Amino acid sequence: MPIVLWTDALVFLLLIMVSLFVWHVRRHEHLRRPWRIVLCSPIAMASAVILLIYLIIGLLDSLHFHPQIEDLNNGEKQYSTQIKSVFDMLVSHLQEHDEKTYSAPFAAWQYNKETIELEDGTMIRDYPRLRFGGAHLRDPDTEKIPDIVSKVLHSTVIWSVIFFLFVMLVIWRISRRIQRSFPESISAVARGKTEIPWLVIFLTAGISLWLVIVAWNLSHYYHIFGTDKVGQDVFYQAMKSIRTGLIIGTLTTLVMLPFAILMGISAGYFRGWIDDAIQYIYTTLNSIPGVLLIAAAILMLQVYMANHADQFTSLAARSDMRLLFLCIILGVTSWTGLCRMLRGETMKLREVDYIQAAQAFGVGNFTIIMRHILPNVMHIVLISVVLDFSGLVLAEAVLSYINIGVDPSMNSWGNMINSARMEMARDPVVWWSLAAAFVFMFVLVLAANLFSDTVRDAFDPRLRGREE
Amino acid sequence: MMAYILRRILYAIPILIGVNVLTFVLFFVVNSPDDMARMQLGQKRVTEEAIQNWKAERGYDKPLLWNAEAEGLDKVTDTIFFKKSIRLFLFDFGRSDSGRDISSDIQQRMWPSLAIAIPGLIVGLLVNISFALLIAFFRGTYLDISGVVLCVILMSISSLFYIIAGQYLVGKLMNLVPISGYDTGFEAIKFLILPVLVGLVSGIGSGTRWYRTIFLEEIGKDYVRTARSKGLSERLIMFRHVLKNAMIPILTGVVVILPLLFMGSLITESFFGIPGLGSYTLDAINSQDFAIVRSMVFLGSVLYIIGLLLTDISYTLVDPRVRLS
Repeated sequence: MPIVLWTDALVFLLLIMVSLFVWHVRRHEHLRRPWRIVLCSPIAMASAVILLIYLIIGLLDSLHFHPQIEDLNNGEKQYSTQIKSVFDMLVSHLQEHDEKTYSAPFAAWQYNKETIELEDGTMIRDYPRLRFGGAHLRDPDTEKIPDIVSKVLHSTVIWSVIFFLFVMLVIWRISRRIQRSFPESISAVARGKTEIPWLVIFLTAGISLWLVIVAWNLSHYYHIFGTDKVGQDVFYQAMKSIRTGLIIGTLTTLVMLPFAILMGISAGYFRGWIDDAIQYIYTTLNSIPGVLLIAAAILMLQVYMANHADQFTSLAARSDMRLLFLCIILGVTSWTGLCRMLRGETMKLREVDYIQAAQAFGVGNFTIIMRHILPNVMHIVLISVVLDFSGLVLAEAVLSYINIGVDPSMNSWGNMINSARMEMARDPVVWWSLAAAFVFMFVLVLAANLFSDTVRDAFDPRLRGREE
Repeated sequence: MMAYILRRILYAIPILIGVNVLTFVLFFVVNSPDDMARMQLGQKRVTEEAIQNWKAERGYDKPLLWNAEAEGLDKVTDTIFFKKSIRLFLFDFGRSDSGRDISSDIQQRMWPSLAIAIPGLIVGLLVNISFALLIAFFRGTYLDISGVVLCVILMSISSLFYIIAGQYLVGKLMNLVPISGYDTGFEAIKFLILPVLVGLVSGIGSGTRWYRTIFLEEIGKDYVRTARSKGLSERLIMFRHVLKNAMIPILTGVVVILPLLFMGSLITESFFGIPGLGSYTLDAINSQDFAIVRSMVFLGSVLYIIGLLLTDISYTLVDPRVRLS
């Protein structure tokens, strides 16, 4: 039985808006031009491929439902109160493979010793074998590495065949489109002589998807990032955190955009007391240090939730509400910058001849704003949206660390770091939780940073033709 | 000049009132004091008496805005809004929910915060500006490109990573400095080295990149071309002209954050166990001490507004072209 959480609905709303935007851009040559610069940039396209993989995982993780439980007694369909996502079904083995406590990546034995009863009844203290990690091996010491290598090779062979066919198909499509012969297209792609950097795209997609496939295959037999204190697979946690990171990065912007655009443009366009009032609002909000405002708001949310526990049907619904609220409050602290920029740009625009002419013709204010001003400030909005994304993902980790981020029960990189922060003091060091969280976050943020830099350079008219 | 400063100060008053009302709404209207009491006292089944006691101890038992039972002027003054919010204007923060005097706590704890924030700021500025100047000097070369790429990579790493890695490498593996803690007097230095170093490394990416764009903007200006056509060497242009002019946006950018240095950094202070205002705030958040969080929100806004004021003044001081309008 499908269930739509609040953030899911907003994510898909955002997806629809982005698709509409893409459709709109494709039909207008003057809007297409800056995007073509982005399309032709190898760095931007490589990062776009990585972002797309994250996005697909995040979207699969946003399709939630109540799993069905077979009821043998009366044949009626029963639904569990648990909420699962499509992504959970794909990696259901990871969820089920719980160990007792810590274990290192690819380990076959537990991290700490336990009293084990041998078959003849004697008790010894030793590292017990893991229940799932490397459980198929008889003698892990000698068999483990050959086993891993053979599994990697196995998936590599299958993957390269599929990927080769896929690449050929894409190149065949390209050759049809640019009306060149198929072999000619192949050599153009291989030498990197195409306008859109197909070679880079294929290489990035090939390598990153190969990593995904190999990791997915190996995760059936091992805990490839180890397990945490309660024995949960760290790889699973890190992948589940992708959705949280993406939601914080995108929904925050979605929530604040209407306010920023409306207030920024009306302040710049109408001026007078409206301008004064809006400036007053954003200076006041801006003068409260962001972290403290978030802390205060989250504290109040906690009080509200503690006193109205009955309003939240499940744990997932509660943590979802908190996530949404966090997005809203992050939006409140971050819209002022964009608002100020839009105000300045609108002030400049309203003195431009064509708008003066439109006013002289008696065109209404609303029409002028929608038809002339909004399209001309969209590049500022776009640049600020893509530039904000990576900062928000990083902010999530910091906020969760100081306990004013997402719900502690929710998977997020910040929560992973927070719960693993004391583990560096152990001996031997338990580094894998931290490493997994940091690596997943780093890849996403780096890709987002590189992509947004290209987008900014392509859209900012001031940057064009500067020595860089 | 004095009239200008006075006008700016007057302009700050409505903003402070706005912040004050906002914190009042956030802390007392969204959730009633009863809710806070129930949250603090913890249990699901709290007796009404316990809630009333909790409120009376902290002075939350008064009406929010209007005390109808009181006499005369007390109708307005004997309320939560007057006692808890208006008093903040006099920097009278009152007592925390756990009964400590907030003002004396702040006075005591701002010194460790400053001890870590000021060296951090100075070292960071020096290093970032030198790096930025270096890669701006070699603009367009491989040094520049690789420098920018390195900056983007450093920017993409979470600040938590720098702290954890720094503590592990320097503190645990190399055993050079203590991992966390604080001491008074000169003994404090050995505790401050690591946080300052970590702060420097974690800020180097974004800082260098930001100052580089400022330098590049200056290099594109007309006076640089004039200097070149005079026959000045590129090095002389960079150090005598570009650096000097670029210092205007750099310094005015720094002035804004100067007052906020008092507040300290939540993350750094809590990781390194420094008893400054940052960890004070964090402890208050974790123990849900509303009075302290409220005071810190107000104090932070005041300091930010002072920062804005100082920025305006410093603009007029360093750049005579900015008219006092």
